[in-house]
Amino acid sequence: MSDIKYILGSFGDPDEMMHGIEKLQANNVSIYDVYTPMPIHGIEAKLGIKRSRIDIAAFCFGITGTCAAFALIYFCAVIDWKVNIGGKPSFALPDFIPIMFELTVLFCAFGMVLTYYASTHLFPGRAPRVMDLRATDDRFVIAVDAKENAEHTVIDGLLKDAGALEVKYNERKYISYE
Amino acid sequence: MSGHNESILREPLITGNNITYAKITDDILGPVENKPNKAWWIGFTFAALGALLWVVAVSYTFWNGIGAWGLNKTVGWAWDITGFVWWVGIGHAGTLISAVLLLFRQNWRNSINRSAEAMTIFAVICAATYVVSHMGRPWLAYWVLPLPNQFGSLWVNFNSPLVWDMFAISTYFSVSLLFWYTGLLPDIATIRDRATGMRKKVYSIFSFGWSGSVKTWQRFEAVSLILAGISTPLVLSVHTIVSMDFATSVIPGWHTTIFPPYFVAGAIFSGFAMVLTLLLVARKVLGLENYITMFHIESMNKIIILTGSIVGVAYLTEFFIAWYSGSEYEQYAFINRSTGPYWWAYWMMMTCNVISPQLLWFKKIRLSIRATWILSIVVNVGMWFERFVIIVTSLHRDYIPSSWAMFYPTWVDISVFVGSIGLFFTLFLLFLRVLPSIAIAEVKLLLKTASEQAKMKQIKEGHEDKEYVAEYIESLEKFDSVKQEDYAKI
Repeated sequence: MSDIKYILGSFGDPDEMMHGIEKLQANNVSIYDVYTPMPIHGIEAKLGIKRSRIDIAAFCFGITGTCAAFALIYFCAVIDWKVNIGGKPSFALPDFIPIMFELTVLFCAFGMVLTYYASTHLFPGRAPRVMDLRATDDRFVIAVDAKENAEHTVIDGLLKDAGALEVKYNERKYISYE
Repeated sequence: MSGHNESILREPLITGNNITYAKITDDILGPVENKPNKAWWIGFTFAALGALLWVVAVSYTFWNGIGAWGLNKTVGWAWDITGFVWWVGIGHAGTLISAVLLLFRQNWRNSINRSAEAMTIFAVICAATYVVSHMGRPWLAYWVLPLPNQFGSLWVNFNSPLVWDMFAISTYFSVSLLFWYTGLLPDIATIRDRATGMRKKVYSIFSFGWSGSVKTWQRFEAVSLILAGISTPLVLSVHTIVSMDFATSVIPGWHTTIFPPYFVAGAIFSGFAMVLTLLLVARKVLGLENYITMFHIESMNKIIILTGSIVGVAYLTEFFIAWYSGSEYEQYAFINRSTGPYWWAYWMMMTCNVISPQLLWFKKIRLSIRATWILSIVVNVGMWFERFVIIVTSLHRDYIPSSWAMFYPTWVDISVFVGSIGLFFTLFLLFLRVLPSIAIAEVKLLLKTASEQAKMKQIKEGHEDKEYVAEYIESLEKFDSVKQEDYAKI
């Protein structure tokens, strides 16, 4: 019994899984995480997960891009080497706008996506931390930490009641290392 | 993803009545997990031969310089920039589908966005090679970057649209690639978790360790939405800047303020045509009729009528403004376009882009796969001619009649163009083999609300208005993947 690390409730239907979460929460069972093959809308509120602040990062990266582009063009075209084009002013702001816009988008996109990869620990070659191989296919998996929640038979019953097709007892946290 | 039902007045986005989450995965990964069929090999052989021709022609250009092309001192831009603008325009539909339609919550984009985005990336690769090879000395391509150099430093000219274009195209390519790849991560993970051995290892590396946990998905959706939000103005800016390459010059026929919206509409027009050219074949060969339905095809055809009509209005406006301007040079440029030595190219453009897409107003044509496919090719031919007309007819009769000339392509011009089509199809066919051609996770999202079986269940529950049910069943007639007899008893 003590070898079991995680109890997985594997559901075939997202609505039944949501029902399962409610049942576990009503019985004071803490949920470790939920693995699904597609985004489930409304699950964050149920699990009490805070909203993502990635939009703030995106804005900061974007504004950095705007400033970087302006600084580059201003330095090159206004300070370092003024090109005399028919005597027109070298500080021609309207002409700077296209590149300022492009670099805003470039910095914002790369900054945000790299922040996302870093915060979610995604990078090429990272060993996948998968508890159930079908969680990327057709199963919606609720993972419960077996050490923290001792009443395994109760959890088993709650999950099956909610419609779990299968309840697994994993002795290793991530099966994908095998 | 909850118990909310979608109105049955909306056409289903997934047809078939035994679709499960597992079946979606199986259907979409079929071409990736199994050996390719004969049709794929035949297509790939021809495409690869085309790509080989491209390698030969581009290498020949690099070795000999652009004298290998049919350019002369009057017509200094011809098939190269025609090809460049054509390919970039085609690429635009992918971003439109993945970004603009996401912002507008058009769920039908979910099953076509992946391959359309792949198409964008391959089209921009084809376009970029034109830019590099038309430089003449491609090994000095880095001169377009603002790098410190030994001439002063003499920087690039930031007032030039060509420099803006370099920033726009490279941003567009890299952001599209990022958007596409991030969207692919969950689907690559799906392949990984079903594979064994070496295959598992390879897909494991490319899946970046995706787990599908709640936080991963939450951030994924936020990232997708913001990327869509910034890609929407990006895609508009790219073709705007491409059009400024022409519009900021003083050449009659190019010097028009209408160019940015006109080019953007043309880009979407040609891009959707290319999406149809590819997907009508792919859906049949890969057996994806349940996911890319007649509703998707009809919706794309509607966008083609809209953008084709915008392009038509732009052609007429251009002509009117040339007359209205009172500038004889401007007037001559347009009279020469339509009645001069290149009259056939002009009327080819008019027929293919303005007249023939109007046939799509007829429901029968809009819903005929064969007619749609032929029209999609016609549109692409027309859009190639549009760029050719804009570029060559504006240049070939310049200010001194003694320097008037015609443009005749050499075998290298033709080979670079035909070869780029081969390269495009080679990349696309390889993509179909190694990555899922439909965004699996996004299609799964639709199963419980927008699928035929979900709506069937709603009808069977009996709470729907009879009139609505009749209307819904009538709307299903156009679907080639719906069995009408299932509805006979309802």
